[in-house]
Amino acid sequence: MSEQASSFPAVFNLTPILPFLPLAAFALIVLWANRSKKLSAALALGGIGLAWVIGWAITFTTFGMERLGEAPFRLFKDWFPAGGVWQAFGFQIDPLSAAMLFMVPFVCFLIFVYAVGYMGVGKPEHEHDVPGQPATSGYVDRLASRFFAYIALFAAGMLGFILADNWVLAFIFWEIMGLCSYLLIGFWFARKYANPTQITPKEAGLKAFLTTRVGDTIMLAGFLLLFAQTGQISFNALLSPATLEQLASATIRLPIVGPTPWATLIAILIFFGAIGKSAQFPLHVWLPDAMEGPTPVSALIHAATMVSAGVYLIIRLFPLMAAVEHGAALRFIAFIGAFTALFSATIAVAQTDIKKVLAYSTISQLGFMFAALGMGAYIAATFHLLIHSFFKALLFLGSGSVIHGMEHGHHAAEHLHSPAQAHAHEVSALARQTHTAETSPREEHGFDPQDMRNMGGLFSRMPRTAWTFIIGGLALSGFPFVTAGFWSKDEILADAWGHGHFFIFLVLAVAALLTAFYTGRQIMMTFFGRPRTEAAFHASEHDSVFAWMTVPLMVLAVFAIAGGWVGIPESFPGLGALSSNPFHHYIAGLAEALHIEVAAPAFSAIPLLTSLVVALGGLFLGWKVYGDYAARGRSDLADPLAGPLGRLYPILLNKYYFDELYHKVFIRGTQRLANWLFRVDDHWLIDPIVDGVGQFARRLAQLSHRFDFRIVDGVVNGIGAAADWFGGALRVIQTGKAQNYLLVGLVAVSVLLGAFLLLPK
Amino acid sequence: MVPLSWYLILAAALFCIGVFGALARRNAVGILMGIELMLNAVNINLVAFWRHIGPDQMTGQLFAIFVITVAAAEAAVGLALIIAIYRQRNTVNVEEIDMMKG
Amino acid sequence: MQQAIFIILALLTLGAALMTVITRNLLRAALWLVATFFGIAAIFILLRAEFLAVAQILVYVGAISTLIIFAIMLSRGIMDPDQVRFNGQWGVVGGFAALLFVVLAVIVTRVPWPAAAGGAPVGDAPADAIARLGAAFVGPYAIPFEVASVLLVVAMIGAIIIARERE
Repeated sequence: MSEQASSFPAVFNLTPILPFLPLAAFALIVLWANRSKKLSAALALGGIGLAWVIGWAITFTTFGMERLGEAPFRLFKDWFPAGGVWQAFGFQIDPLSAAMLFMVPFVCFLIFVYAVGYMGVGKPEHEHDVPGQPATSGYVDRLASRFFAYIALFAAGMLGFILADNWVLAFIFWEIMGLCSYLLIGFWFARKYANPTQITPKEAGLKAFLTTRVGDTIMLAGFLLLFAQTGQISFNALLSPATLEQLASATIRLPIVGPTPWATLIAILIFFGAIGKSAQFPLHVWLPDAMEGPTPVSALIHAATMVSAGVYLIIRLFPLMAAVEHGAALRFIAFIGAFTALFSATIAVAQTDIKKVLAYSTISQLGFMFAALGMGAYIAATFHLLIHSFFKALLFLGSGSVIHGMEHGHHAAEHLHSPAQAHAHEVSALARQTHTAETSPREEHGFDPQDMRNMGGLFSRMPRTAWTFIIGGLALSGFPFVTAGFWSKDEILADAWGHGHFFIFLVLAVAALLTAFYTGRQIMMTFFGRPRTEAAFHASEHDSVFAWMTVPLMVLAVFAIAGGWVGIPESFPGLGALSSNPFHHYIAGLAEALHIEVAAPAFSAIPLLTSLVVALGGLFLGWKVYGDYAARGRSDLADPLAGPLGRLYPILLNKYYFDELYHKVFIRGTQRLANWLFRVDDHWLIDPIVDGVGQFARRLAQLSHRFDFRIVDGVVNGIGAAADWFGGALRVIQTGKAQNYLLVGLVAVSVLLGAFLLLPK
Repeated sequence: MVPLSWYLILAAALFCIGVFGALARRNAVGILMGIELMLNAVNINLVAFWRHIGPDQMTGQLFAIFVITVAAAEAAVGLALIIAIYRQRNTVNVEEIDMMKG
Repeated sequence: MQQAIFIILALLTLGAALMTVITRNLLRAALWLVATFFGIAAIFILLRAEFLAVAQILVYVGAISTLIIFAIMLSRGIMDPDQVRFNGQWGVVGGFAALLFVVLAVIVTRVPWPAAAGGAPVGDAPADAIARLGAAFVGPYAIPFEVASVLLVVAMIGAIIIARERE
């Protein structure tokens, strides 16, 4: 390994081993330790724990360094020759990656600790539990070792991604994360639901993987174009002013659009990867269904880390995005972000599943970050990214604790109603008799422990969960002055106002109002009033697993409050005098080195008042509308929103009818085409390729039922159809026969080579 | 002297024959033979490049030897698989082996 | 002179290779494969890679072909003379394989190879080629060499485990 500068403390030399610590845990669990669930959990915890300690050691060392932004620490080695130039691969520490290094291993560690409790490590195995289905309450999941292996691999991917100093390495780790997301969403692959239209974990995993793949493919095209234009892979070289200048001035003639700077084209293509990974419109549909995975996964991957990787990538490449002054790329990012922020906030308002509300809220908050980036609010976006990770992880873990408590309560309630077994065992032990292994709790007797309509009054029953959840909720809604969420969101709004993006400011303000409202609604429905079901009445957090689960909640709650204090603007009246806004100065060092304009806007009362009004007003509305509903304690009441919203309510409840619209407009067409192709094939041709296409189209039609994305309007449909066909070409002959697959490769190679010959140079 | 491009054309022809064998044969052993032909075609290329472009460095021959090594390993494992599948299914007709089908 | 030898060898090799993939009887196909390997070894000699030619005969003819013939004979019915040679896609495969050959041949003739203009190699093959090869294996390529031997051991163990008769 060669270094750029040797003036760094020795601890920096440990940077490259950070991703390999959890990777080693993964390898050890898979190859050796998987028989013992305790050992597997210990290995995963050890791997990430060590990464956390070293990561913080590095991060805290950077705090005193004035010039880290201009001269980041890089450790690299020649990797492969491209043409005559050796490309280096390596890792780098600059203020941005160090800030992420503060958050990622720490949050990962807390979530791993939580997962020990959540997976029931240390409990006995239930002999009727089927591998690949959630364990009976009070027992260990049969595949718990595999779970820890997967999340350790994921942590390796995320750490590698934030530290990578070039896009090839970053892309590799990016895809490792995608793979882990797929594996972990479908972790309960054997789970089936009584309702056939409800998406199963297996299908949700597939949906997530394929949807993000659309974005990733477009992103890879962007990176390859970038490489073709510059011949560089390292971020350092790509973001140098000379390279950016060259990319911004050279143009390519695109159909319809006309001459476009390369920088704009590449930036937009790369942004599509972020759209997929961070679940922005129109590729947002996978994230809500990803909640089928175990709750630690939702917290780790689908709230705190992986989905924010898309934002991180755009922050990392921000100079490229902004290479063209007032270019289309930034406007596009701002538009997508602001639209998604509002759009998914409206959906979250009407959801009843506790995790789905949080999922849409995550999409919405990521939209905030993209909107901020699109406006050039580089530091505000970074700040919100970090703060959001803490409080959203907290909220997800809290919801997992609530769900666990509800399941306990459900079993306790059943216990009371079966006198034959009454009072014979403890609540958790009782589950053994009353629970059949073939069904998982969620579909049994139609009881859904994730449905907020079944909750209520949990505050007195699960106080630790409730307090921490409420803190997280207040941070999410931006409760003034105290919570971290207020400072990070206020900074985005202040930037929007200060830099004259009034329209975006308005959209984000409305989205923030809705955020506070649905958070208030969620807290009211879950924790306050009277229990609406027996399960909620008997819910508790006294089982031993909650010891593992509630400690991370409390730690995260501290950060959900105190985390914001490092980013209080100096110009803020009163409090600003006490603050030196260390976060701003820390990141600004990097931003200045990259020639990004980051001057904080002058203080203005309007965005501050707006923040206050939307946060408090939203929470107040949530309390006002749902206070009465919660107090009545009946599960058969209609949602109080249904009346005033009228016809809008079912639209929101059904997520703007994505599924149905898609079914009518798109699937029918595909089916007709498929039938026609099938008949053509059946009657006229025996050619195996045509046979394959016919089969493919039929399968596609079946598959399409499950894919509710690319809806809304005809244009999106058209793009969606094209994308589907395009992606489908890879699945052309899904026969399971290797020779058919290889034929596709042969056809592709010979046709492409032929085209290479025939096309003009 | 024989020009380099002659060797390359020979290798290309051998490779395409191998591709045909690997993709069109029904019998798994036949497929394996096709793959061996493809690997040999690659070896001809490597050695021809060594001879014509860099005879001083042994890289071309070295790589050819590694290819032969890998081919030997591949043949051993491949044939073991074929025998195992034959035992289980009583056929080595790949059209009947579609366990990959989802 | 060399060119004439090359053309004869090439035609023999290609003919044998073609017979390998189209012969109905698998055992005969395997014997054609042996003929192909010999042809390729001869080509190596023409290229002054004598060591490789010997290795080719030892490994391919001596080991791999024997293995294939054994596998054919171990699985009864595999040589069934009435069996269908090709799967349903053979026509398409043949077409595209031919296309691939044409494309590759055109590319090969178009590329300005460093030595192709005069037809002669840049330099003569070093007299101590085999010694250099050996030195390279224990010198700069020692690690790949070791990895290759590990690969062979792993493949051997794996093959035994896979083909082992299970009760």
